[in-house]
Amino acid sequence: MNDASPALAEIAHARGIHKTYHTPGGEVPVLRGVDLSVRRGESVAITGESGSGKSTLLHLIGGLDAPDDGALSVLGTDLRAADDTARATLRRNGIGMIFQQFNLIPSLDVRANLGFQARLAGRFDAARAETLARDLGLSALLGRYPEQLSGGQQQRVAIGRALAGNPPLVLADEPTGNLDEATGDAVAQLMLALVRQRGSALVLVTHSARLADLCDRRVHLRAGRLA
Amino acid sequence: MTTGRLARWRLVLGALVSHWMRRPLQLAMLLAGLMLATALWSGVQAVNAEARASYATAADRLGTGALPRLEPAGGQALTTADFVALRRAGWQVSPVVEGRLRNGTARVSLLGIEPVTRLGLTPAANDGGDASAGPGPQADLGAFITPPGQGYATAATARALDGADLRGLAIVIDADAPPNTLIVDVGIAQGLLGMGENLTALVAATAQPPGAPPLDRIAPHLTLSDPQAGSAADPAALTDSFHLNLTAFALLSFIVGLFITQSAVGLAFEQRGGVLRTLRALGVPRAEVLALMAAELAVAALVAGAAGIVLGWAMAAALMPGVAATLSGLYGADVAGSLQLRPGWVLSGLGMALAGTALAGARGLIQTARMPLLAAGMAAPWAQATARGLRLQVIAAGVLVLALPLCLAVGGLVGGFAALACGLLAAALVLPAVLDAVLRLAATRARGVLTGWFVADTRQQLGGLSLALMALMLALAANIGVGTMVGSFRSTFTGWLDQRLSAELYVTARTEDEGRAIRDWLATRADAILPIWNAEASLAGQPGRIYGVADDPTYRDNWPLLAAAPGLWDSLAEGRAVLVNEQLSRRAGLDIGDRIDLPGGALPIAGVYSDYGNPSPQVMMGLDDFGHRFPDAPRLYQAVRVAPDRAGALAAGLADRFDLPASAIVDQSQAKRVSLQIFERTFAVTAALNVLTLAVAGIALLTGLLTLASIRLPQLAPVWAAGIPRRRLARLDLLRTLLLAVATGAFAVPVGLGLAWMLLAVVNVEAFGWRLPMDVSVPLLARLGAASVLTALAAGALPALRLARITPGQLLRVFADER
Ligand SMILES: Nc1ncnc2c1ncn2[C@@H]1O[C@H](COP(=O)(O)OP(=O)(O)OP(=O)(O)O)[C@@H](O)[C@H]1O
Ligand SMILES: [Mg+2]
Repeated sequence: MNDASPALAEIAHARGIHKTYHTPGGEVPVLRGVDLSVRRGESVAITGESGSGKSTLLHLIGGLDAPDDGALSVLGTDLRAADDTARATLRRNGIGMIFQQFNLIPSLDVRANLGFQARLAGRFDAARAETLARDLGLSALLGRYPEQLSGGQQQRVAIGRALAGNPPLVLADEPTGNLDEATGDAVAQLMLALVRQRGSALVLVTHSARLADLCDRRVHLRAGRLA
Repeated sequence: MTTGRLARWRLVLGALVSHWMRRPLQLAMLLAGLMLATALWSGVQAVNAEARASYATAADRLGTGALPRLEPAGGQALTTADFVALRRAGWQVSPVVEGRLRNGTARVSLLGIEPVTRLGLTPAANDGGDASAGPGPQADLGAFITPPGQGYATAATARALDGADLRGLAIVIDADAPPNTLIVDVGIAQGLLGMGENLTALVAATAQPPGAPPLDRIAPHLTLSDPQAGSAADPAALTDSFHLNLTAFALLSFIVGLFITQSAVGLAFEQRGGVLRTLRALGVPRAEVLALMAAELAVAALVAGAAGIVLGWAMAAALMPGVAATLSGLYGADVAGSLQLRPGWVLSGLGMALAGTALAGARGLIQTARMPLLAAGMAAPWAQATARGLRLQVIAAGVLVLALPLCLAVGGLVGGFAALACGLLAAALVLPAVLDAVLRLAATRARGVLTGWFVADTRQQLGGLSLALMALMLALAANIGVGTMVGSFRSTFTGWLDQRLSAELYVTARTEDEGRAIRDWLATRADAILPIWNAEASLAGQPGRIYGVADDPTYRDNWPLLAAAPGLWDSLAEGRAVLVNEQLSRRAGLDIGDRIDLPGGALPIAGVYSDYGNPSPQVMMGLDDFGHRFPDAPRLYQAVRVAPDRAGALAAGLADRFDLPASAIVDQSQAKRVSLQIFERTFAVTAALNVLTLAVAGIALLTGLLTLASIRLPQLAPVWAAGIPRRRLARLDLLRTLLLAVATGAFAVPVGLGLAWMLLAVVNVEAFGWRLPMDVSVPLLARLGAASVLTALAAGALPALRLARITPGQLLRVFADER
């Protein structure tokens, strides 16, 4: 339905985002006024210390959680006003999310996991899935289950799942954290190719300066703000 | 868009179901638990429905239950003359004669009706089906009413009457006739029962013509009974208690089944928490996830429910003959021994399966709905017993215990069962807290690292197993309770039979002349001949029987008295007092010293005797007194005392000399065998239920263990890595299951004995009218203890075996996964 309309130049727009976690041990303020704008065809790298709130910010942009304060709209959806169904629709059709924890479905094999989100969005393309699997070095593993894969292999399945449906926005949380340098570079090229060829946008969180340098832009999260 | 949504649902459902495909055993256990629960429930319901339908058939077709009846008060006679007088006065009445025909060990109800006046009573009786029992509109009325007459009965009833002396009566097979009943014309029935002009009752139209004079002007000795009031002798009212008994057991089994389903479904939700989160993160709306989970559960419930109904049907078909025998033996109610398929029953079975699953799944669904999308560290896992949860359960149990005396105060069968339910549920609820306390105590005593870990690990598993352990506890308690009841019943009953059937032979003559000849023949050959005459009479407002008995040591030394006034046998012999059975004493509130109205004048009660297996009130009086009061009672029946080793020869000689049919001479040992058979069948039903309940509990335990096994690898892996071999871990796992089962079994003993007490002292008195002394059987407890250990072994073996065979790779995975 509301696939990102090509006319929309600004894909994600965040202004004055605040987020505090409430835990039994007290308040954990994480984001204190984050401003960020991501445009079509742009790749942005977010860096920052461990625990600085990178994943938190990515989850907010991905509509998985709601900010306490500030304006946030992604692909034309105002995330502060959206209900559960609207958020789900946005995630399904608009966003390819690569989780730090992979979040594969353990009872489905690699092939089913790879195609899962593309099928959910109704954009599954067998040829595209085939190519992706080859490019990610997963062709020989298609019949295996997640528990039978190494951490890096699982990570590549998670990346393939996010890219298979060619979503207008890819959010990647340390996508190369478990990969060796060469594989990491190959995977990064895959994501950037999507941005260049389809005009998607990419926001990726990384500790790797190499990877950050490959992106159009680089922002640093410190003390709850982007610099 | 809709096709897109459908495709999406299929995809999500596929992802949800793939969980089960990877764990087929767990799925099988979930389905098996639900199936057995439904089978237990619907099997018993099928038996109940069949019996009820039989009563309803009898009542509808014959009007015995539905129409008001006119009966003589206080043992006075009701004769054809009364009928004629009432008809002349304009009353819409029709005569009825009721009695029993004996043929060998078979007993068949005889019902005499008057077809012409009968059809005029109810409009319903005129339209086709309802009038089809007995002579219908097309029947040959002349052949029906003219001696030797025609009798209508089902083929089974006709077979039971094969060879009986029916004075040339022709039996017409009528599939619509009520079970075990022969329908004849009133006049024919009077002849067959030797009742002269006497009638049992008149049935009356519900609304009498406006001009009809009041009853006390035409027939003051008759009283009109309200069919709705359901006197205690009404088969439906009497047997209601038996059915309530069965239903209660079915419900108990269903609750045990629910515990399984709850534990299986809850753990399934717990295991799939991550998948549900991922699905939502990938863009499946919460509402869709919930709806699809619910749909998955509903399909499981329907599949398991359908299988359960088939199984329940098979179970009911196997139990039905026993139940039919029980109902006729214990209550004198006639029920067909076969089963019919009723759509309502199928629907109620499926409904119970769905409702049970909904109840079990509700918690998981609610948790899923509330679950935050981002896993914030693990929320308190479902499988972990929280201190707060345990406290809440103990509080709930306390409330239930407080409600218990209230239920008892309400009284009646329903109150008794409600109290039972409160007690059992309370016990189940405190069980986890008790086990936890025991383990806490053990933790303080534990020496050695491994023991300490073992105790702590067991405590942690308690949450995931507590529902299964509760189910096991309930199943064991039910077994102990019912087993103790049956045991008490059996020992009391056999003792009672010995007292009651103390004579060696019981002989029934066909005519009074033959009876006299038999007594003369026996006079020189037997040690004593004890005539037992009897007559039907209304006792304290209910139809019952009065016996006249000889004064003899047979009675003085053996009779099973519950209460006795001094010198009671003398006063009985002299006609100054009577004995009443326990049923009459309890129902009418009559005790020693009270006077009871009898035909020919009231007499004081000198004693109360136990009379198991008889639903009706009974009075015993001296033989002479009986002769004065009932000069017309047929004198056909006598007990014969003879040395036991000569009894067989004497019976053979007697049969030979008088050409008596086999059914006319009852050997004491044979009579005991028949009585015990009826009794054993009564409890075969509950015994079958008990075994199944235990099986259900075993499955619950297995399900819990299997599911936990997949969750708890992270707890085992570090212990294994620290140098405890897998086999040792597996042995410890099995040991844990055994210890928990043994502790649960120990807890079930007092609960089961409490249950037995309630059954004997409350439920039994309400249901049967008699109270039994409680007889705690140590072998029974030992047997059940062994059963609980076996159940635990059976349930624990597979998970332990799997653990022993787990690959190091699977254990290492745990460390690799700690990302
Ligand atoms: N659900 C939560 N509840 C409470 N506190 C949380 C929660 N999620 C994250 N936090 C806290 O918020 C802060 C930011 O967490 P976040 O995961 O965003 O960090 P990160 O920058 O992604 O770190 P890393 O580089 O290690 O992945 C951390 O201090 C973390 O402890
Ligand atoms: Mg992070």
